[in-house]
Amino acid sequence: MELSGDVLIPAPRAVVWAALNDPDVLKGCIPGCQSIEKESDTAFTAKVKAKIGPVSATFGGRVALSEIDPPNSYVIAGEGQGGVAGFGKGSARVSLTDEDGGTRLTYAGEAQVGGKLAQIGSRLVQGTVTKLAGQFFAAFAKACAKS
Amino acid sequence: MDGSLIGSPVRRKEDQRFLTGRGNYTDDINRPGQAYAYIIRSPHGHAKIKKIDASAAAKTKGVIAVFTGDDMKVGSLPCGWQVKSTDGSPMKEPPHPPIAQGKVRHVGDQVCVVIAETYAIARDAAEKVKIDYQPLPAVVDMRRALESKSLVHDDVPKNLCYDWTIGDAKAVNDAFAKAHKVAKIELINNRLIANAMEPRAAIGDYDRSNGDYTLYTTSQNPHVIRLLMGAFVLQIPESKLRVVAPDVGGGFGSKIYHYAEEAIVTWAAGKLARPVKWTAERSESFMSDAHGRDHITHAKVAMDKDGRFLALMVDTMANMGAYLSTFAPCIPTYLHGTLLAGNYATPAIYTNVKAVFTNTVPVDAYRGAGRPECTYLLERLVDVAAREMKLDRAEIRRRNFIHADDFPYQTPVALKYDSGDYHTLMDKAIRLSGWDDFEKRRAEAKKRGKLRGIGISTYIEACGIAPSAVVGSLGARAGLYECANVRVHPTGSVTVFTGTHSHGQGHETTFAQLVAERLGLTVEQVDVVHGDTAKIPFGMGTYGSRSLAVGGVAIAKALDKIIAKGKKIAAHLLEASESDIEFRNGAFTVAGTDKKKMLGEVSLAAYVPHNYPIDKLEPGLEETAFFDPLNFSYPAGCHVCEVEIDPDTGVTKIVNFTAVDDFGRVLNPMIVDGQVHGGIAQGIGQALLETCVYDDNGQLVTGSLMDYCMPRADDLPSFKTGTHNVPARDNPLGVKGCGEVGAIGSPPAVIGAVIDALSPLGVTHMEMPATPLRVWQAINGTKHRKAAE
Repeated sequence: MELSGDVLIPAPRAVVWAALNDPDVLKGCIPGCQSIEKESDTAFTAKVKAKIGPVSATFGGRVALSEIDPPNSYVIAGEGQGGVAGFGKGSARVSLTDEDGGTRLTYAGEAQVGGKLAQIGSRLVQGTVTKLAGQFFAAFAKACAKS
Repeated sequence: MDGSLIGSPVRRKEDQRFLTGRGNYTDDINRPGQAYAYIIRSPHGHAKIKKIDASAAAKTKGVIAVFTGDDMKVGSLPCGWQVKSTDGSPMKEPPHPPIAQGKVRHVGDQVCVVIAETYAIARDAAEKVKIDYQPLPAVVDMRRALESKSLVHDDVPKNLCYDWTIGDAKAVNDAFAKAHKVAKIELINNRLIANAMEPRAAIGDYDRSNGDYTLYTTSQNPHVIRLLMGAFVLQIPESKLRVVAPDVGGGFGSKIYHYAEEAIVTWAAGKLARPVKWTAERSESFMSDAHGRDHITHAKVAMDKDGRFLALMVDTMANMGAYLSTFAPCIPTYLHGTLLAGNYATPAIYTNVKAVFTNTVPVDAYRGAGRPECTYLLERLVDVAAREMKLDRAEIRRRNFIHADDFPYQTPVALKYDSGDYHTLMDKAIRLSGWDDFEKRRAEAKKRGKLRGIGISTYIEACGIAPSAVVGSLGARAGLYECANVRVHPTGSVTVFTGTHSHGQGHETTFAQLVAERLGLTVEQVDVVHGDTAKIPFGMGTYGSRSLAVGGVAIAKALDKIIAKGKKIAAHLLEASESDIEFRNGAFTVAGTDKKKMLGEVSLAAYVPHNYPIDKLEPGLEETAFFDPLNFSYPAGCHVCEVEIDPDTGVTKIVNFTAVDDFGRVLNPMIVDGQVHGGIAQGIGQALLETCVYDDNGQLVTGSLMDYCMPRADDLPSFKTGTHNVPARDNPLGVKGCGEVGAIGSPPAVIGAVIDALSPLGVTHMEMPATPLRVWQAINGTKHRKAAE
């Protein structure tokens, strides 16, 4: 499953970049995020509660950043285990460019689900992921504008 | 047999309890002190298990034990049939552990079992088990599997289980070289999931006082499970293991096999000295019940100038899934390749079957098992042949049928058909369905904006899979006889113990009719007992439409023995010579006199032997018989389907469906009709609605009833059924079997009708299921293509 999109964030690029690397900001913006711990500059562990169709689970997983090119782009990859609900994993390239009124954030990547999620939730995944991404960026734009 | 019970539509005795909620299914059984098992299944199609940490789960209040593959090191789930490749080598038979050992091979593979005081505790605790997987590339598509570097089993190169052939390749090639015309087809027989109404369940029980194990399970063949699990997996002798398969809510093949969960609960019951119960959720059924079909086939037929078949060549890839299910290897070979003559006198046939491992649920028999796949390819190919030859589809069949006076008929692919009359069957179906004036209905539908089409298929089935010596030589690891015990009680009522198993077929009625008729009793006086190894001497169970054709004959043989012994007793009581005693309508009479003793009087004398030939005869009136069939039985038939398609939506509606079948002698026409109806419904399901889909990672995408579409009443018309019954020559009762034919004959008739409806648009091919999307695409794809030309 592929996902891509872009959003205009009303903040300078340096601010947006800093927020993208700040676990506290991310925690506040990721829907259902219960915890996010920084293990190193490029690795986090996270706990996210999510509901996709009839499957609801808490996903524990790791997030890793690579191909870091501050303050322009990085690749964010994550995978989460939802216990008997299955697993989800994905990665996306996130790029920032200056634009009138702020910074344009563009993301493109792919996601995959397995187990019960794929079995009974698969056709709801795309819609759910799109919705969650929308919620995330709305909150993220707000957080960046504040700082 | 001259009474009225045979051939009479006696109401099903068992329906009283089923319809009033008094059935006794496995999940209805609860044993004292019972614990509950939850099975953690692989979310990956293919992965290494790096680590399992069950410590948190094991500490949870109410959890009794957590077992992984390291704990349960037992025998492999065995395969009951060994097929040999053309080069003589045995099929690849990799181990199938009940709980995965270091590697998972399909979504749903068992990884860990949590046993707790309640099911809810077990399920919640399962959330705490941490399993670290290292995903591996999944092998899903059979065509790619044969070339993939990723191996489902490390020691099975190319993921190839076997490469099997039957027939005379040279004769076939010679015939193609001189053919007037050749018709070809390439098609997929879609993977199906049985979805029996009752999900599988199993309870293991262990008696500490004597070391006896009992397994209650949703099985079509409890004795086979006892043999397979006892001898191969858990090493428990038959004398210490009882297997009970109580009421079972539908099987359709999916409950033939020995499943991991049966071994897990039995083994765990022994370990914990407590009963352990497991009941599948519907989601688990989707990813752990054996699936059906899943073939990719190329076929071609060579014809002379009159459209007579000279030779047939078929290449098939058959999906085995990740492990060999109990009878998987024989389905695409001995239940498929050997049926390729169909109803036709094709002189030369050659087929190659490659069985392939993939990271999917194991595939095994599903209603029809190999024969629907065979009939589908053959009948679709015959339709193509008719088009190539510009012949009517019925006419090309008529020209190629085996003639009624050519039986017994030896096919070029091993089977010898004992009886049949295919011309009359088809003529009757053509009359009943209005085949000849169909064009009027097509024209009328066209005025309403609908595309109407008609399809025809004929089929032959080989059922009552037969002689043990023959199937043994073909690789079967079991005999295929049946056993019956008839117990005449002191006061003359009768209990019949049969080794077959009823899970919807109505044996309690049909077998009671057979016995009541022979012994001059009422159906109510005869009880039929099945499904318990502690009660029934032995049995091979129910599948392949064998219950009456094999199990019924075993009962008849036991009745012969009862009557023979009864005559001896009656001769003594009547002070006559045994040779003068006749038995009819429940009475032993001295020929030519009015002296008689009723069966009840004779049985009372047998159990209260005060006046009894005790020096020559043992007391009691109970006999056991085994019957090993002489041949398969060969039901046949002709199905005609008529559809209307809405070109705007692509929705196909079945408006008429006619089935005319030859079942040999029929004991209960109402039950036979019910079997035909159910089979056709499943065949229509395959043709229009059902398909099992995996994504490239081995994820089961159609894993619930939201995405896997089962037929419902409003998808089906009222069926027109008829028979032209020719008694089976090689069956002592003259019966043939009817359980699977509906699912065998109907899919090609439905798809033939869809293609016929779309043929004015130039459509010549359609894969199953013909969903509205596919049909709409076929309609519009053609339109676009035509516009572009």
